[in-house]
Amino acid sequence: MQITTPNFKENAARALHDAPLQKALKNVEVGFIAKRLAAMDALPEFEALRDSARDIKNHTLAHLDLYLEEYEKKVIASGGHVHFAETAEDARAIILEICRTRNAKTVTKGKSMITEEIGLNDFLEKNGIAPVETDLGEYIIQLRGETPSHIIAPAVHLNKDQVEADFRRVHTHLPPERDLSEHEALLNEARQVLRQRYFEADVGITGANFLVAETGSSVIVTNEGNGDLTQTLGKCHVVVASLEKLVPTLNDCSQILRLLARSATGQDMSVYTTFSTGPKRAEDPDGPEEYHVVLLDNGRTSMLGTEFQEMLRCIRCGACMNHCPVYHAVGGHAYGAVYPGPMGAVLTPSLSGIEVGGNLPNASTFCGRCESVCPMRIPLPKMMRHWREREFEQHLTPSAARYGLKFWAFFARRPKLYRAAASLAMPLLSALGGSKRRIATLPFAGGWTRHRDLPAPEGKTFLQAWAEKQAKETGR
Amino acid sequence: MSARDNILAKMRRSLGVSGDDPARRAAVAERLAEARPGVIPARGQLPQEERIALFAAYAAKYGATIARIGSAESLPGEVSRYLMSQNLPASIRVGDDPFLKAARFESEPMLTVLSGASDGSDLAGVSHARGAVAESGTLVLASGPENPVTINFLPEHHIVAIRAQDIGGSLEEAFAGITTTYGKGEMPRTVNFITGPSRSGDIEQKIIMGAHGPRALHVVIVG
Repeated sequence: MQITTPNFKENAARALHDAPLQKALKNVEVGFIAKRLAAMDALPEFEALRDSARDIKNHTLAHLDLYLEEYEKKVIASGGHVHFAETAEDARAIILEICRTRNAKTVTKGKSMITEEIGLNDFLEKNGIAPVETDLGEYIIQLRGETPSHIIAPAVHLNKDQVEADFRRVHTHLPPERDLSEHEALLNEARQVLRQRYFEADVGITGANFLVAETGSSVIVTNEGNGDLTQTLGKCHVVVASLEKLVPTLNDCSQILRLLARSATGQDMSVYTTFSTGPKRAEDPDGPEEYHVVLLDNGRTSMLGTEFQEMLRCIRCGACMNHCPVYHAVGGHAYGAVYPGPMGAVLTPSLSGIEVGGNLPNASTFCGRCESVCPMRIPLPKMMRHWREREFEQHLTPSAARYGLKFWAFFARRPKLYRAAASLAMPLLSALGGSKRRIATLPFAGGWTRHRDLPAPEGKTFLQAWAEKQAKETGR
Repeated sequence: MSARDNILAKMRRSLGVSGDDPARRAAVAERLAEARPGVIPARGQLPQEERIALFAAYAAKYGATIARIGSAESLPGEVSRYLMSQNLPASIRVGDDPFLKAARFESEPMLTVLSGASDGSDLAGVSHARGAVAESGTLVLASGPENPVTINFLPEHHIVAIRAQDIGGSLEEAFAGITTTYGKGEMPRTVNFITGPSRSGDIEQKIIMGAHGPRALHVVIVG
């Protein structure tokens, strides 16, 4: 996809004035938060499971090279093929080669963020292979030529009437007078149109929520069943997964599965959790004849051993964006990257470089909700702060912010001067606040006060107020 | 160097470790061999009858319909009753499963029984679940000639028989059962954990049943 992260401010301003988007974004707040809370409250072991899941992933990441070797052995033993891709380009080439060997014309796809990350659809199309997205949300955005705006609800930025218009525009073989006013009708139409495509497909591509070293299995978690039809009816099943999806054992996988659906949609389990191991067996009447796993690095090995290693615990549940006030305000597209929201703000600079993604760690209020809901206990705000530090160190921060910080640092390093300046400034700012106690415009801070007022200080510095409080208490 | 070797070398460099470190190898080998269970929710750890009730309650919460019959002999009758109640033709798709065969669907003279994988034209399919998970109302189905995977996803209605004694409390118990059948570290091609009928919330977060898989899931508890 075209990364537009450097334009985050412009993207966000446009999103704030996009009325249909603002209407659709209400569904994020209403749809996800209460359901997650109810599921979590119903499971007293939820917090213990979070600790357990964090420990499992920490252990796996510390031994990732060895688990990868074990996993590879098991896949090969079950008749599958493992391909290693260092970059997105390598992964695309490997997948194309698999498709070409099978003379594939059509490829069905289960929902996969990794294939978004490597820009697979455009690439396959350019090479004469038609990719068909089968997840309802992915299908809708494919019709619109868009990218997902949410990692588990790709079309969450759209309203029903927009989907209806797209279906009428594309499904011209259906009677124009048909009724598409209800959600059910839209779903039925997509089901009917896509059903035939599964049978026609030469190759079925899915992502993976987990890779299990103990058995060589890949795991997908869906509610629609599209990923299962994709991998069962295609003659060849290709799994595209990043390295950090590994878990040691089936029992380890169970721990994290209990967190995934609850954190994502508030279900105890998603409707379909499917473990796939190798191609169909000699006696099996259905299933794919070939099974390939494409393991993607694309910058992840460079995160190991750094302050960003913990990000590799992420299981892509979407809870961080579901609870993010910035995501609620601007939606996923404004981030201009494959992964939006807090997890995207940490991951994008890691994968695409800080020059490209450095803006995103600033798109945060640091309220900390993302960390508090993250099932894998990933310290997202801390990592965004690390990116901000790096951005500053590499002189990528805008000059106004740099000079502002230098100005502040000059005083902060000289406490006496700082206190003197503050005791002069506070009464002045307090007076500026007037009777409303709010400052509407401030020199050099127009960018800040354009969208909100600055609450006026009370007139005293913290140290002055503290000294008075101490004096009062000792005097008593 | 191959991409594989590059990736492994990069990992080891980043982690500051060696691939030959015997302590690391031992830690991984031990973890894989022991495959210890972690935190298991108390809510599924119940005596059999309560466990079955919990399974049924969660399966129903996620949109499945539930029936309970005394023995496998009553299964053909229950299947016919369900098909009739849904105004479906008296026809089912079934695999080679010995438990389902022993139920003798031919005892229902009006019922057409098609065997093998589904080709997408079946309105109803019948499977036998090898296990179930009470803590979440989840069925566990293993692929093979006995229960082709296509029956789990292509028919509009999926009817699943589960023996009462096979309903376990947790996911871990389901995996332990699979290990007993297939061997440690071995799996059939596909294991499907199924919790309710297919659905999508992709349009305005409104949950609609019957996305790509079955619109209805009917669970028949036997025993």
